[in-house]
Amino acid sequence: MKVREEIDALKTMGLDPVRFLIVTRVVAAVGMTPLLTIFADLVGLIGGAVVMLSLGFPLITYFHQIQYAVSYGSIVGGLVKSFAFGILVAGIGCLRGLQTGTGATAVGQSTTSAVVSGIILIAITDGIFSVVYYYLGV
Amino acid sequence: MASGSEREVIIRVMDLKAAYDGQVILDHINLEVYAGEVLAILGGSGSGKSTLLKHMIGLYKPAAGKILIDGEDITAASGATRLKILRKFGVMYQSGALFGSMTLLENVALPLEEFTDLPPEAIRLIALMKLERVGLNGVAERMPSELSGGMQKRGAIARAMALDPRMLFLDELSAGLDPVTSAELDQLVLSLAHSLKITFIVVTHELPSIFTIADRVIMLDKQEKGIIAIGSPQELRDHSDDPRVHQFFFRQASSEN
Repeated sequence: MKVREEIDALKTMGLDPVRFLIVTRVVAAVGMTPLLTIFADLVGLIGGAVVMLSLGFPLITYFHQIQYAVSYGSIVGGLVKSFAFGILVAGIGCLRGLQTGTGATAVGQSTTSAVVSGIILIAITDGIFSVVYYYLGV
Repeated sequence: MASGSEREVIIRVMDLKAAYDGQVILDHINLEVYAGEVLAILGGSGSGKSTLLKHMIGLYKPAAGKILIDGEDITAASGATRLKILRKFGVMYQSGALFGSMTLLENVALPLEEFTDLPPEAIRLIALMKLERVGLNGVAERMPSELSGGMQKRGAIARAMALDPRMLFLDELSAGLDPVTSAELDQLVLSLAHSLKITFIVVTHELPSIFTIADRVIMLDKQEKGIIAIGSPQELRDHSDDPRVHQFFFRQASSEN
């Protein structure tokens, strides 16, 4: 968007790139990450079930143990986190995208920088969540 | 208002100074663009052609000076005034800058959707008409990536014309195009200039293109940080004493290196 001057094109059309590009992307990511998290949770459960079944445990035992080990609090806690991660991933992606310089190499540099910043921010935010959840007793 | 011999000045650049990170690129630029003319901005690489263009369309803030578009200073305007000035011109960027996630038709329709209250059918019709005007029939539903370079530039011109501006800025009209496509684009510019009386400001360094389309040219120079020549292309080619102008028009290598 930046390298091929689309952002400049938006500006000279009188359209605000933040409203036009960034808000839509952040909203989409915030909507999608909790759904993706639910999907990942389900796949994790199914994967666990397959392993347990292959080891000879009956499905009902696995199910009971899961109920005992996982509270609704942890599921909701995970979803709340995923909202925050959605904002972070979309936000940092857009920020690095807008900061892109000129030329094809700049696109690669921005991508790398977005991934690195994203990982670091997620790790830090996850740590903060852990501390908060610990004190809240989630 | 203007008498017969006096031509209306549509863009007035007053004592413009342009700088990046404290390094001055252009200084003391004074320029008048007349309504209805095709003005070409020439100069070698790094002479500040694109910089001047991007100041005129309000993308960059000048270090000093004013730029009046149809009497209003774009450098100082904000909010509704700025929007009003932006509506007066369209810009075709070097790479076309069509939005890749939208079809050609949606690209041209976008400014109409954002800035008019027309019903969707009318918008579609206008967008199709604009595409037809630039010679793009039957490709309205294609994505920009499915179009050739020349078609992308035509599409970008159609989008720039969507709101019927009085001025069009074209950045590197013929860069990266074959001579035939380039000549066709020149003809398009000429026909738009004559039939719709649109003022064109074109950045280019294609000599054939300059002689075909430009009524007047200005030439920028890196060392001078300003305009070194101004006039019709024929006049500059045949009568300029400046060796730098001569070199440009006769494709000679600079003797300094």
